[in-house]
Amino acid sequence: MPETQQRNGRGGWLRPSRSQLLVAVILAICALVVTLQIRSSAGEQDYAGLRRTELVALLDDLTAESRRLETEIAELRNTQQQLLSGADRQRVALEEAERRRDELAILSGTAPTVGEGIQVVISDPNHAVTETLLLNAIEELRDAGAEVMEFNDQVRVVASTWIAADGDRFVMDGVTLNRPIVIEAIGQPHALTEALRYRGGLVSEIQDERIGGTVSITSSAEITITSVRDPETPRFAKPA
Amino acid sequence: MYAILGLVIGVALGVFLQPTLPPALEPYLPIAIVAALDAIFGGLRAYLEHRFSDKVFAVSFISNVLIAALIVWVGDQIGVGAQLSTAVVVVLGIRIFTNAAAVRRVLFHA
Repeated sequence: MPETQQRNGRGGWLRPSRSQLLVAVILAICALVVTLQIRSSAGEQDYAGLRRTELVALLDDLTAESRRLETEIAELRNTQQQLLSGADRQRVALEEAERRRDELAILSGTAPTVGEGIQVVISDPNHAVTETLLLNAIEELRDAGAEVMEFNDQVRVVASTWIAADGDRFVMDGVTLNRPIVIEAIGQPHALTEALRYRGGLVSEIQDERIGGTVSITSSAEITITSVRDPETPRFAKPA
Repeated sequence: MYAILGLVIGVALGVFLQPTLPPALEPYLPIAIVAALDAIFGGLRAYLEHRFSDKVFAVSFISNVLIAALIVWVGDQIGVGAQLSTAVVVVLGIRIFTNAAAVRRVLFHA
Protein backbone atom coordinates (compact mmCIF):
# COMPACT_ATOMS: atom_id res chain seq x y z
CA MET A 1 0.00 0.00 0.00
CA PRO A 2 2.63 2.61 0.90
CA GLU A 3 4.76 1.49 -2.04
CA THR A 4 1.87 1.90 -4.45
CA GLN A 5 1.13 5.30 -3.18
CA GLN A 6 4.76 6.29 -3.43
CA ARG A 7 5.02 4.97 -6.93
CA ASN A 8 1.83 6.75 -7.85
CA GLY A 9 3.07 9.93 -6.21
CA ARG A 10 6.42 9.80 -7.93
CA GLY A 11 4.98 8.96 -11.32
CA GLY A 12 2.40 11.67 -10.83
CA TRP A 13 4.71 14.66 -10.73
CA LEU A 14 3.69 15.46 -14.27
CA ARG A 15 0.38 13.65 -14.47
CA PRO A 16 -1.41 14.09 -11.16
CA SER A 17 -3.55 11.27 -9.91
CA ARG A 18 -7.21 11.82 -9.28
CA SER A 19 -6.79 12.03 -5.51
CA GLN A 20 -3.97 14.56 -5.74
CA LEU A 21 -6.06 16.70 -8.01
CA LEU A 22 -9.02 16.47 -5.68
CA VAL A 23 -6.96 17.43 -2.65
CA ALA A 24 -5.44 20.31 -4.59
CA VAL A 25 -8.87 21.59 -5.64
CA ILE A 26 -10.31 21.33 -2.16
CA LEU A 27 -7.31 23.05 -0.63
CA ALA A 28 -7.54 25.73 -3.29
CA ILE A 29 -11.19 26.36 -2.43
CA CYS A 30 -10.38 26.36 1.25
CA ALA A 31 -7.49 28.80 0.77
CA LEU A 32 -9.67 31.01 -1.36
CA VAL A 33 -12.40 31.16 1.23
CA VAL A 34 -9.94 31.78 4.07
CA THR A 35 -8.34 34.59 2.09
CA LEU A 36 -11.74 36.10 1.43
CA GLN A 37 -12.69 35.90 5.04
CA ILE A 38 -9.43 37.39 6.27
CA ARG A 39 -9.79 40.21 3.78
CA SER A 40 -13.35 40.99 4.68
CA SER A 41 -12.70 40.91 8.42
CA ALA A 42 -9.57 43.00 7.96
CA GLY A 43 -11.70 45.55 6.15
CA GLU A 44 -13.72 48.12 7.97
CA GLN A 45 -16.97 46.26 7.52
CA ASP A 46 -16.83 44.84 11.00
CA TYR A 47 -20.59 44.74 11.24
CA ALA A 48 -21.28 43.22 7.83
CA GLY A 49 -20.83 39.67 9.08
CA LEU A 50 -22.97 40.05 12.16
CA ARG A 51 -26.36 38.48 12.61
CA ARG A 52 -29.49 40.48 13.11
CA THR A 53 -29.78 39.76 16.84
CA GLU A 54 -26.21 40.83 17.38
CA LEU A 55 -26.81 44.00 15.45
CA VAL A 56 -29.92 44.72 17.48
CA ALA A 57 -28.03 44.15 20.70
CA LEU A 58 -25.28 46.42 19.43
CA LEU A 59 -27.80 49.08 18.52
CA ASP A 60 -29.41 48.79 21.95
CA ASP A 61 -26.04 49.24 23.60
CA LEU A 62 -25.30 52.28 21.51
CA THR A 63 -28.70 53.80 22.19
CA ALA A 64 -28.36 53.29 25.93
CA GLU A 65 -24.86 54.71 25.83
CA SER A 66 -25.92 57.76 23.88
CA ARG A 67 -28.84 58.34 26.21
CA ARG A 68 -26.50 58.15 29.17
CA LEU A 69 -24.13 60.58 27.50
CA GLU A 70 -26.98 62.92 26.68
CA THR A 71 -28.01 62.98 30.32
CA GLU A 72 -24.45 63.72 31.23
CA ILE A 73 -24.31 66.53 28.70
CA ALA A 74 -27.48 68.03 30.10
CA GLU A 75 -26.09 67.85 33.63
CA LEU A 76 -22.85 69.43 32.59
CA ARG A 77 -24.69 72.17 30.72
CA ASN A 78 -26.69 72.86 33.83
CA THR A 79 -23.55 73.06 35.93
CA GLN A 80 -21.94 75.34 33.37
CA GLN A 81 -24.98 77.58 33.40
CA GLN A 82 -24.90 77.77 37.16
CA LEU A 83 -21.23 78.53 37.24
CA LEU A 84 -21.59 81.15 34.54
CA SER A 85 -24.47 82.93 36.23
CA GLY A 86 -22.61 82.73 39.55
CA ALA A 87 -19.55 84.28 37.95
CA ASP A 88 -21.78 86.89 36.33
CA ARG A 89 -23.38 87.84 39.61
CA GLN A 90 -20.00 88.06 41.24
CA ARG A 91 -18.68 90.25 38.44
CA VAL A 92 -21.66 92.57 38.67
CA ALA A 93 -21.28 92.82 42.43
CA LEU A 94 -17.61 93.55 42.02
CA GLU A 95 -18.26 96.26 39.46
CA GLU A 96 -20.90 97.80 41.70
CA ALA A 97 -18.53 97.73 44.65
CA GLU A 98 -15.77 99.32 42.60
CA ARG A 99 -18.10 102.03 41.40
CA ARG A 100 -19.21 102.77 44.95
CA ARG A 101 -15.63 102.74 46.13
CA ASP A 102 -14.70 105.34 43.52
CA GLU A 103 -17.68 107.47 44.43
CA LEU A 104 -16.87 107.27 48.10
CA ALA A 105 -13.21 107.98 47.44
CA ILE A 106 -14.23 111.22 45.73
CA LEU A 107 -16.76 112.11 48.42
CA SER A 108 -14.44 111.43 51.33
CA GLY A 109 -11.46 112.92 49.58
CA THR A 110 -9.20 109.90 49.71
CA ALA A 111 -8.38 109.94 46.00
CA PRO A 112 -7.00 112.61 43.67
CA THR A 113 -9.69 113.90 41.33
CA VAL A 114 -9.84 115.53 37.93
CA GLY A 115 -12.70 117.11 36.03
CA GLU A 116 -14.10 120.36 34.64
CA GLY A 117 -14.65 123.15 37.08
CA ILE A 118 -13.53 126.59 38.15
CA GLN A 119 -10.66 128.22 39.94
CA VAL A 120 -11.46 131.15 42.20
CA VAL A 121 -8.68 133.47 43.32
CA ILE A 122 -9.60 135.84 46.15
CA SER A 123 -7.09 138.59 46.74
CA ASP A 124 -7.72 140.42 49.96
CA PRO A 125 -5.23 143.25 50.40
CA ASN A 126 -7.07 144.69 53.42
CA HIS A 127 -7.30 141.34 55.21
CA ALA A 128 -10.98 141.99 55.58
CA VAL A 129 -12.38 138.67 54.36
CA THR A 130 -13.95 136.69 57.18
CA GLU A 131 -14.22 132.97 57.68
CA THR A 132 -18.00 133.29 57.46
CA LEU A 133 -17.60 134.59 53.95
CA LEU A 134 -15.50 131.58 53.02
CA LEU A 135 -17.99 129.23 54.64
CA ASN A 136 -20.75 130.89 52.68
CA ALA A 137 -18.71 130.47 49.52
CA ILE A 138 -18.34 126.74 50.23
CA GLU A 139 -22.08 126.46 50.83
CA GLU A 140 -22.91 128.31 47.63
CA LEU A 141 -20.54 126.15 45.61
CA ARG A 142 -22.01 123.00 47.12
CA ASP A 143 -25.47 124.30 46.38
CA ALA A 144 -24.43 124.76 42.77
CA GLY A 145 -23.32 121.15 42.60
CA ALA A 146 -19.62 121.32 43.34
CA GLU A 147 -18.43 117.77 43.78
CA VAL A 148 -14.90 118.32 44.99
CA MET A 149 -13.34 121.44 46.49
CA GLU A 150 -9.85 122.35 47.49
CA PHE A 151 -8.33 125.39 49.16
CA ASN A 152 -4.90 126.68 48.21
CA ASP A 153 -3.87 123.30 46.73
CA GLN A 154 -3.53 122.20 50.35
CA VAL A 155 -6.85 121.37 51.94
CA ARG A 156 -9.48 119.12 50.49
CA VAL A 157 -12.95 120.11 51.57
CA VAL A 158 -14.74 117.11 53.04
CA ALA A 159 -17.71 116.53 55.31
CA SER A 160 -15.76 117.30 58.48
CA THR A 161 -14.01 120.37 57.15
CA TRP A 162 -13.94 123.33 59.51
CA ILE A 163 -12.60 126.81 59.08
CA ALA A 164 -11.55 129.33 61.72
CA ALA A 165 -9.76 132.62 61.95
CA ASP A 166 -6.32 132.78 63.49
CA GLY A 167 -5.42 136.42 63.86
CA ASP A 168 -5.80 137.78 60.39
CA ARG A 169 -5.21 134.39 58.77
CA PHE A 170 -7.39 131.37 58.35
CA VAL A 171 -6.96 127.87 59.64
CA MET A 172 -8.72 125.13 57.77
CA ASP A 173 -8.67 121.60 59.15
CA GLY A 174 -5.53 122.55 61.05
CA VAL A 175 -3.74 123.99 58.01
CA THR A 176 -2.93 127.67 57.87
CA LEU A 177 -4.14 129.29 54.66
CA ASN A 178 -2.04 132.10 53.19
CA ARG A 179 -3.45 134.84 51.02
CA PRO A 180 -4.46 134.91 48.28
CA ILE A 181 -7.07 132.25 48.88
CA VAL A 182 -7.46 129.94 45.89
CA ILE A 183 -10.53 127.77 45.71
CA GLU A 184 -10.69 125.03 43.13
CA ALA A 185 -14.03 123.35 42.61
CA ILE A 186 -15.05 120.54 40.27
CA GLY A 187 -18.55 120.79 38.93
CA GLN A 188 -20.51 122.38 36.13
CA PRO A 189 -18.39 125.55 35.51
CA HIS A 190 -21.23 127.85 34.52
CA ALA A 191 -23.39 126.92 37.51
CA LEU A 192 -20.45 127.33 39.88
CA THR A 193 -19.54 130.71 38.44
CA GLU A 194 -23.11 131.91 38.73
CA ALA A 195 -23.26 130.69 42.32
CA LEU A 196 -20.51 133.15 43.19
CA ARG A 197 -21.43 136.01 40.91
CA TYR A 198 -25.05 136.63 41.78
CA ARG A 199 -25.96 139.92 43.34
CA GLY A 200 -25.19 139.75 47.04
CA GLY A 201 -23.02 136.69 46.54
CA LEU A 202 -19.33 136.16 47.22
CA VAL A 203 -18.03 138.32 44.41
CA SER A 204 -20.18 141.30 45.16
CA GLU A 205 -19.48 141.04 48.89
CA ILE A 206 -15.72 140.93 48.46
CA GLN A 207 -15.61 143.62 45.85
CA ASP A 208 -17.75 145.78 48.10
CA GLU A 209 -15.80 148.75 49.31
CA ARG A 210 -16.01 147.52 52.93
CA ILE A 211 -13.70 144.67 51.98
CA GLY A 212 -12.11 146.02 48.87
CA GLY A 213 -10.84 142.71 47.52
CA THR A 214 -10.93 141.25 44.06
CA VAL A 215 -12.17 137.90 42.86
CA SER A 216 -11.14 136.31 39.62
CA ILE A 217 -12.94 133.20 38.38
CA THR A 218 -11.48 130.97 35.64
CA SER A 219 -13.35 128.07 34.11
CA SER A 220 -11.29 125.11 33.06
CA ALA A 221 -12.05 121.87 31.36
CA GLU A 222 -9.56 120.14 33.58
CA ILE A 223 -9.17 121.04 37.20
CA THR A 224 -6.84 118.62 38.96
CA ILE A 225 -7.18 118.25 42.70
CA THR A 226 -4.30 116.35 44.19
CA SER A 227 -4.58 116.91 47.92
CA VAL A 228 -6.12 113.92 49.65
CA ARG A 229 -7.41 113.15 53.07
CA ASP A 230 -6.69 110.08 55.18
CA PRO A 231 -9.99 108.56 56.17
CA GLU A 232 -10.49 108.81 59.91
CA THR A 233 -12.15 106.04 61.77
CA PRO A 234 -14.95 107.54 63.78
CA ARG A 235 -14.42 107.12 67.46
CA PHE A 236 -17.96 107.63 68.63
CA ALA A 237 -20.26 107.08 65.74
CA LYS A 238 -21.12 103.55 64.71
CA PRO A 239 -23.34 102.28 61.95
CA ALA A 240 -26.71 101.72 63.51
CA MET B 1 3.11 18.84 -4.08
CA TYR B 2 -0.16 19.43 -5.87
CA ALA B 3 -1.77 20.14 -2.52
CA ILE B 4 0.65 23.01 -1.92
CA LEU B 5 0.10 24.19 -5.47
CA GLY B 6 -3.64 24.22 -4.82
CA LEU B 7 -3.15 26.25 -1.65
CA VAL B 8 -1.06 28.80 -3.49
CA ILE B 9 -3.53 29.04 -6.36
CA GLY B 10 -6.41 29.52 -3.92
CA VAL B 11 -4.63 32.30 -2.05
CA ALA B 12 -3.62 33.93 -5.31
CA LEU B 13 -7.18 33.81 -6.61
CA GLY B 14 -8.49 35.30 -3.40
CA VAL B 15 -5.94 38.08 -3.38
CA PHE B 16 -5.93 39.04 -7.04
CA LEU B 17 -9.48 38.45 -8.18
CA GLN B 18 -11.01 39.65 -4.94
CA PRO B 19 -14.32 37.97 -5.55
CA THR B 20 -17.21 39.08 -3.39
CA LEU B 21 -19.50 36.70 -1.65
CA PRO B 22 -23.23 37.28 -1.55
CA PRO B 23 -23.91 39.03 1.75
CA ALA B 24 -26.44 36.38 2.72
CA LEU B 25 -23.64 33.82 2.89
CA GLU B 26 -21.23 36.00 4.78
CA PRO B 27 -22.20 35.04 8.35
CA TYR B 28 -21.67 31.34 7.56
CA LEU B 29 -18.22 31.72 6.08
CA PRO B 30 -16.24 31.55 9.33
CA ILE B 31 -18.13 28.43 10.38
CA ALA B 32 -17.55 26.88 6.97
CA ILE B 33 -13.84 27.60 7.29
CA VAL B 34 -13.64 25.89 10.65
CA ALA B 35 -15.49 22.90 9.22
CA ALA B 36 -13.10 22.82 6.26
CA LEU B 37 -10.12 22.93 8.61
CA ASP B 38 -11.57 19.96 10.47
CA ALA B 39 -11.94 18.04 7.22
CA ILE B 40 -8.41 18.89 6.17
CA PHE B 41 -6.92 17.78 9.47
CA GLY B 42 -8.96 14.59 9.26
CA GLY B 43 -7.60 13.98 5.77
CA LEU B 44 -4.04 14.63 6.90
CA ARG B 45 -4.45 12.20 9.77
CA ALA B 46 -5.88 9.53 7.44
CA TYR B 47 -3.04 10.08 5.00
CA LEU B 48 -0.43 9.65 7.69
CA GLU B 49 -2.20 6.54 8.97
CA HIS B 50 -2.15 5.17 5.39
CA ARG B 51 -5.89 4.97 5.10
CA PHE B 52 -6.48 8.08 3.05
CA SER B 53 -9.31 7.94 0.56
CA ASP B 54 -9.90 10.83 -1.77
CA LYS B 55 -13.61 10.04 -1.93
CA VAL B 56 -13.97 10.10 1.83
CA PHE B 57 -11.96 13.31 1.98
CA ALA B 58 -14.03 15.09 -0.62
CA VAL B 59 -17.33 13.92 0.84
CA SER B 60 -16.33 14.76 4.39
CA PHE B 61 -15.10 18.17 3.34
CA ILE B 62 -18.26 19.09 1.52
CA SER B 63 -20.62 17.60 4.07
CA ASN B 64 -18.71 19.19 6.95
CA VAL B 65 -18.97 22.60 5.41
CA LEU B 66 -22.59 22.19 4.44
CA ILE B 67 -23.74 20.75 7.75
CA ALA B 68 -21.91 23.40 9.75
CA ALA B 69 -23.43 26.15 7.66
CA LEU B 70 -26.84 24.47 7.84
CA ILE B 71 -26.74 24.20 11.63
CA VAL B 72 -25.91 27.85 11.97
CA TRP B 73 -28.53 28.80 9.43
CA VAL B 74 -31.19 26.82 11.30
CA GLY B 75 -29.99 28.41 14.51
CA ASP B 76 -30.40 31.82 12.94
CA GLN B 77 -33.93 30.97 11.88
CA ILE B 78 -34.96 29.92 15.38
CA GLY B 79 -33.10 32.71 17.13
CA VAL B 80 -30.17 30.84 18.66
CA GLY B 81 -27.71 31.41 15.82
CA ALA B 82 -25.00 32.88 17.99
CA GLN B 83 -25.17 30.03 20.51
CA LEU B 84 -25.30 27.34 17.84
CA SER B 85 -22.35 28.76 15.96
CA THR B 86 -20.45 28.75 19.23
CA ALA B 87 -21.43 25.12 19.71
CA VAL B 88 -20.29 24.20 16.20
CA VAL B 89 -16.99 25.97 16.67
CA VAL B 90 -16.42 24.21 19.98
CA VAL B 91 -17.20 20.78 18.58
CA LEU B 92 -15.14 21.28 15.45
CA GLY B 93 -12.34 22.75 17.52
CA ILE B 94 -12.26 19.67 19.70
CA ARG B 95 -12.16 17.46 16.59
CA ILE B 96 -9.35 19.56 15.12
CA PHE B 97 -7.36 19.13 18.30
CA THR B 98 -7.97 15.36 18.31
CA ASN B 99 -6.89 15.04 14.70
CA ALA B 100 -3.87 17.25 15.30
CA ALA B 101 -2.92 15.06 18.25
CA ALA B 102 -3.15 11.94 16.06
CA VAL B 103 -1.05 13.62 13.37
CA ARG B 104 1.51 14.59 15.96
CA ARG B 105 1.62 11.06 17.32
CA VAL B 106 2.33 9.64 13.85
CA LEU B 107 4.84 12.31 12.87
CA PHE B 108 6.86 12.52 16.06
CA HIS B 109 5.90 9.23 17.72
CA ALA B 110 5.02 11.25 20.77
